[in-house]
Amino acid sequence: MSPTVPGGISCREVVELVTEYLDGTLDAETAERMRVHLEACPYCVEYVEQIRATGRIAAVAAAELELRPDRDHLLALFKDIRRSA
Amino acid sequence: MSDVVVDRDADLLARLRAGDADAFMTLVDRYGPLMLRIALSHVRSRAVAEEVVQEAWLGVLQGLDRFEGRSSLKTWILRIVANRARTRGEREARSVPLSSLAADDEDEPSVDQARFRGPDDPQYPGGWAIPPHSWARLPEDKLLASETLQQVRAAIAKLPPRQQEVILLRDVEGWDPEEVSAALELTPGNQRVLLHRARSKVRADLEHYFEAAA
Repeated sequence: MSPTVPGGISCREVVELVTEYLDGTLDAETAERMRVHLEACPYCVEYVEQIRATGRIAAVAAAELELRPDRDHLLALFKDIRRSA
Repeated sequence: MSDVVVDRDADLLARLRAGDADAFMTLVDRYGPLMLRIALSHVRSRAVAEEVVQEAWLGVLQGLDRFEGRSSLKTWILRIVANRARTRGEREARSVPLSSLAADDEDEPSVDQARFRGPDDPQYPGGWAIPPHSWARLPEDKLLASETLQQVRAAIAKLPPRQQEVILLRDVEGWDPEEVSAALELTPGNQRVLLHRARSKVRADLEHYFEAAA
């Protein structure tokens, strides 16, 4: 293991493990390596933060999209179905 | 997790079965927008997505008496709309050239490999050569500006349908990984891979956008 590769995993590998890291589904050993790496590598900390921010921005973006169900039509549908039931 | 599905819609279900229209409208308000988003991730137009959702509601109403409560009502409804949207999307896809469709099983790296040092780098093998610029320095109003949001919507719309479904449910709706796997009939591993690819691509698109705007 190179002493200049914190945690024994490279940045290239870290970016592939981010989702599992955030979900807490990494095995204990890999999670520990990740922790050690992130403690030493501000670039990967930034990357993890950007992935987190991406989720947050996606949530806001979707909320801004006006999506109203056609209530009148659905209500008529409901009544139709109940009548024939 | 126990066998018993704790369902906040349990009361609604009983009222629905009794023919209570208000209960149905509550359900429509609760899940209608999400259903439309899921449908939109598979089909190309809003009009078709709305048709898919109507069909799904019809399926829900017709299936109510057969619903056994082995999953939550929410999971069951979402599975119905996802299946219908998928079928409709596949039918649409057959009428467009194959090359215009992004495959779901592509295996490209999350970050352009040119941004990393080589494996033989004397100092930082596999380390960042071109590290990400901090987003923390961007003002919040830039991060959530309507142009940025537009950019994110476009980035999500470009993803393969299954990746869109997963990122919608996980990041937009905030569902647990287990719920998403159940609703979309995915293994936990597939769910994770789809989410990972989706987030990585949307992040990369956003990064390009911020860099270009800087």
